Amino acid sequence: MQSATPTPQVTPLLSLHGMTKAFPGVVANRQIDLTLQSGEIHALLGENGAGKSTLVKMIYGVLKADAGVMEWMGEVVDIGDPASARGLGIAMVFQHFSLFDSLSVLENIELGMAPGVSRDDLENRIHGISERYGLAVDTSRHVYTLSVGERQLIEIVRCLLQQPKLLVMDEPTSVLTPQEVAGLFATLRRLADEGLAILYISHKLDEIKALCRRATILRGGRVVDSVLVADESAKSLAAKMMGEELQEADLRPAATGAAADADADAIRLEVSRLNLPAGDEFGVNLKNIDLSVRGGEIVGIAGVAGNGQDELLRALNGETPAARADSIRIDGRPCGRDDVNQRRKLGLASIPGERLGHGAVAEISLVENGLLTAFQRLGLVRNGFIRYRAGRRFADSVVERFQVKSNGVGALAASLSGGNLQKFIVGREICQAPSLLIVSQPTWGVDAGAAQTIHIALREMADNGAAIVVISQDLDELVSLSDRIAAICAGSLSALRPTGSVSVEQIGLLMAGADADAAYHSSEVVDAG
Amino acid sequence: MPVELVRRPEPSRQMVYLSPLIALGITLMAGVVMFQLMGVNSGGALYSFFIAPLTSAYGWAELAVKATPLVLIAVALSIGFRAGVWNIGAEGQLTLGAICGGGIALLLYRVDSLLVLPLILFCGILGGMAWAAIPAFLKTRCNANEILTSLMLTYVATLLLSLLVHGPWRDPHGFNFPQSRVFGDSAILPIIVEGTRLHLGALLALAAVALAWVLMARSIIGFQVKVIGQAPAAGRYAGFRVDRVVWFCLLSAGGAAGLAGIIEVSGPIRQLQPVISPGYGFTAIIVAFVGRLHPLGVLFAGLLLALSYLGGEAAQISLNLPLAVTGVFQGMLLFFLLACDVLIHYRIRFKFKFPRASARA
Repeated sequence: MQSATPTPQVTPLLSLHGMTKAFPGVVANRQIDLTLQSGEIHALLGENGAGKSTLVKMIYGVLKADAGVMEWMGEVVDIGDPASARGLGIAMVFQHFSLFDSLSVLENIELGMAPGVSRDDLENRIHGISERYGLAVDTSRHVYTLSVGERQLIEIVRCLLQQPKLLVMDEPTSVLTPQEVAGLFATLRRLADEGLAILYISHKLDEIKALCRRATILRGGRVVDSVLVADESAKSLAAKMMGEELQEADLRPAATGAAADADADAIRLEVSRLNLPAGDEFGVNLKNIDLSVRGGEIVGIAGVAGNGQDELLRALNGETPAARADSIRIDGRPCGRDDVNQRRKLGLASIPGERLGHGAVAEISLVENGLLTAFQRLGLVRNGFIRYRAGRRFADSVVERFQVKSNGVGALAASLSGGNLQKFIVGREICQAPSLLIVSQPTWGVDAGAAQTIHIALREMADNGAAIVVISQDLDELVSLSDRIAAICAGSLSALRPTGSVSVEQIGLLMAGADADAAYHSSEVVDAG
Repeated sequence: MPVELVRRPEPSRQMVYLSPLIALGITLMAGVVMFQLMGVNSGGALYSFFIAPLTSAYGWAELAVKATPLVLIAVALSIGFRAGVWNIGAEGQLTLGAICGGGIALLLYRVDSLLVLPLILFCGILGGMAWAAIPAFLKTRCNANEILTSLMLTYVATLLLSLLVHGPWRDPHGFNFPQSRVFGDSAILPIIVEGTRLHLGALLALAAVALAWVLMARSIIGFQVKVIGQAPAAGRYAGFRVDRVVWFCLLSAGGAAGLAGIIEVSGPIRQLQPVISPGYGFTAIIVAFVGRLHPLGVLFAGLLLALSYLGGEAAQISLNLPLAVTGVFQGMLLFFLLACDVLIHYRIRFKFKFPRASARA
């Protein structure tokens, strides 16, 4: 593995030797070596579950290594907690931000600082940093008014105030529009030029190609390779990351077959002028949603997290009924006032983005999780009593068809890995053969193999005449999967366009809230990397 | 803070079921300390508290008599607790069951018919349900916290009973004592073991255990209770009506508590008095948790807590200990149980200020 690493004369900023961490039942990190120079943007690449998070948690002092040596600027260190990591000059931007919604930006930053810093002084330093790196931060705004991208900037500013030598970023772009990603990358390059080392965690190969110099690739808790990014193609990186070449699946609609039937072309879901006020103050109001989906078609809805995706799913599947019955029609029948079960009878199925707690219950078995949505349509309840034997057969069939790895259908949902549970949930809905499926984040946190299984299953369903709405933050997924695409921003949905006729940049503008004319007629070419 | 609780990644399954026994062990040890501090021979005290009451057949029958209302109420409460419906007003629902069923018994005290007993039991159930319907309505309509409403209604219920037996329902030949007439023979629960006070109610409690077991393990409403208790969002996604489950939980617990109330007055007490329960409705909460919210567990926990009542009475008589010892034992049992549960789900980490950062290895 040393081969690709130019052995520098200078002492590395950070070097890890033989880092090992085991959890009950799994070795998350096995003998990991990694070296990092000042001023370098270094990718930590791997699928979900490869051990990336475990490794950075050890670097940041959140987890304690079972074995291994960490050297910081040539000296062996033992980082016991995040405070000591910060003391050394290690800063981290987490995937989930730790900001208080009801406080202002300044107050939030102040909370994380050592006491004794005056407010004016702090504000000056923030302005200094934001001017220097082109990070637009208004310190007086309340956090709840900020977009996810803006919140991330605050986390970055908060880190930079500590004048770190190493910045760790955990999947920072999953919540950003393409334009915001471009802005973030410009900032990161600038910081690296000034000597900051950046450890950049991702599984998005294009980003790593665009941003990073070297990459350490993890698979199954081990380093499989450490490479110069310039020497690799996205394909060769993917092969190393997954350990096998994934066959490119054909996700285009089948030219012939059921999709060509007149019946399949009928409008299955028609949403017109749907307005839905949010249930609570942190929710998003849905405004004037118009959407129509035909049988045989996959419609993609892009958007940055927190722009009304959950609310849209709940509005469509009946968890929050609308005010007017005719704002939602399924196969022409007004059902805006109908509840979940009534809509299910009309052939609708849905898959929420949040797996545990919404799509499935952690502490009950797969059989019972199967019953959760199938009890009615498959007649698994008779006279108020559950037909467990039939339920078990159903769960068995889902597990078999979608190759869910579990200790049998009696296993608790919580005991499954994220990818396998997602396969079970998706399979549970697909095996009920719905004519209309609303699915949110179908492959979030799922490894590439499982993602492909899910994508193929969705396309098959559409080819058999079902109408499918995919809500996702993953633009690549939407572009490869959907026939028509729109973006949701602050509760408003843009008009649907055929996927082939719009560019990623245009979708990005729509995700950021630009109106359609501006987005489609913009000649601005955004450098996404 | 020098001490903090850290969530365990996976709580031990065995410990979840062992913790009631561990809590019982610690309670007994704390009991030894308590008796020592009171200057009582702790061995003798524990013997007369926990063993002596069970040395005769009559004692066992008394145990069943005391366990009957506890099990009946706790079995229904645990269904609600599983759904996250915190009805802690079972004592009030019990009282209303006694008032409604007892009122009918007083009304029909001259009537000699086999139908009187089923009628008053039925009215007792309805009374408990009606009292529980108030918090259910307030929760589903106004989102009022059922812990507060059900608890406050308990005091209303006991005052209502007191008002009735001091006033309109007072026995005209009772020398002005605040109690009602003794019920007619046809309103009295039959004794099932001759020479004891063991009555038909005990069998009803057993039936309730079986019913709850079947309901929770096999029925769709039991399934809904479990899902909504663990993941309300998943329940709504599945299409379960949360409001309906709240009503089901409160009405079933209210009905069971009402039945327990009328069983108490038509069984052991045979008339209405200002006080008809030594806090069965509250103790049943402890029973439910010690029984791990499972019907079979509740049955055993009910017997255990019933023993604490018997032991308290015995210790009062033989050792001159205050009756409050019963409450202390019950409270300690719940306290240690909850403490065990916390330690099953969390571990304690002590944070002392050692300079650990950048220590040379």
